[in-house]
Amino acid sequence: MDQACETLGRQINIMEVCGTHTVSIFRNGIRPTLPRSLKLLSGPGCPVCVTDQGYIDIMLEIADRDDCIIATYGDMIRVPGKDGSLEKRAKSNVKLVLSSEDAIKLAEENPDKTVVFVAVGFETTTPATAVAIKDAAEKNLDNFCILSGHKLVIPAMDALLSEKNHKIDAFLCPGHVSVIIGTDAYKPIVETYKRPCVVAGFEPMQVIEGIAEICRQLTNDAPEVISMYPAAVTATGNTTAWQIINTFFQPYDGYWRGLGKIPGGTLRLKEEYAKFDAMKRFGFNEIPAEDLTGCRCGEVLCGLIDPADCGMFETKCTPDSPVGPCMVSSEGACSAWYKYGRRRKRRT
Amino acid sequence: MCLAVPARIIELVGDRAVADAMGNKWNIRTTLIPDAKLNDIVLVHAGFAITILDEEEARKTWDLFDEIKGFMDTDDKISG
Ligand code: SF4
Repeated sequence: MDQACETLGRQINIMEVCGTHTVSIFRNGIRPTLPRSLKLLSGPGCPVCVTDQGYIDIMLEIADRDDCIIATYGDMIRVPGKDGSLEKRAKSNVKLVLSSEDAIKLAEENPDKTVVFVAVGFETTTPATAVAIKDAAEKNLDNFCILSGHKLVIPAMDALLSEKNHKIDAFLCPGHVSVIIGTDAYKPIVETYKRPCVVAGFEPMQVIEGIAEICRQLTNDAPEVISMYPAAVTATGNTTAWQIINTFFQPYDGYWRGLGKIPGGTLRLKEEYAKFDAMKRFGFNEIPAEDLTGCRCGEVLCGLIDPADCGMFETKCTPDSPVGPCMVSSEGACSAWYKYGRRRKRRT
Repeated sequence: MCLAVPARIIELVGDRAVADAMGNKWNIRTTLIPDAKLNDIVLVHAGFAITILDEEEARKTWDLFDEIKGFMDTDDKISG
């Protein structure tokens, strides 16, 4: 790593695109051990954080309907909208689920309500939603639908690199997303932008080896895709999972927090399955919404600022009373900085 | 949220399985890995097995979980 910094003679910026890496890097105290000129940027790798404010507001509007039950993974309940959060509403119609299958069960048990599954997550999580749609279609379950905010990682990386002023030298790529998409998925990024893409697991040694591999590639000016997590990640990924995603979903140009509209970056249900699409069922249109006043999550997600640069960090915004999703989610950069990195703030 | 946990398949009927991770048992589905067999170790995410893992790799993760006390308290048990 030192050698890479010396050879390049400038700051090296490595972006991790995985909330799990962000947490691992902080929890294991990896940052302070790196050379001073090597900087890790937390990118748009936390699915809760990248979900646009417009989506959150629609989710909260649906939660206010008496004829609906919201089924959600725990991560989403504390994300604030312009009018409180799911948790603050403390209404009995918000149910936490451990899997999409629990949401299907809720629909079966509550035939007089419509169960709306808050479907967020990257490629790791999307197949579970696709299976739920398959089950719902087979069972003719009319009172089940999803609010799809599922995101695709590659279009986001592409969007970041196509920005003129980006400062990203390489990507540390997510392990468990790559289990599904496979390493081949990153090839276009390496070919187009000549940036190393190194897949790593989340254990501390794997993260460090991943960073070292990136430094090696940068020193040799030889960017490529490499998996440092070969036990789980193959070149082609999980093709069964992809097939099932592609059966039910299609990509469209959806909004991401901080990154705006990303071509092909979000998934929605195909026309044949439109009856399971909550947006269509309730007549919502996707309208992007500004981050809540003063919250700079958008800039944090693009690697433009560190959480500590946000005026509300640690003062108005803490994990107990979060202003933005990057402080809500345990994998959000602001939360990781707060929990593990506060001493760093004073040094920088 | 994209974290997956290794677990051993201890019961399997069709694409429905019971998986054991460090003594915690979950109902999971193997829909996404049709070749999964009894006793295989799989990575489980949000109730679904997403790939088969070897014993050594699984052990590394289990050891890590053991080390990090309170891991499951600070992180979201459900999906990450
Ligand atoms: S510290 Fe809080 S307000 Fe500032 S960017 Fe992070 S989540 Fe938003």
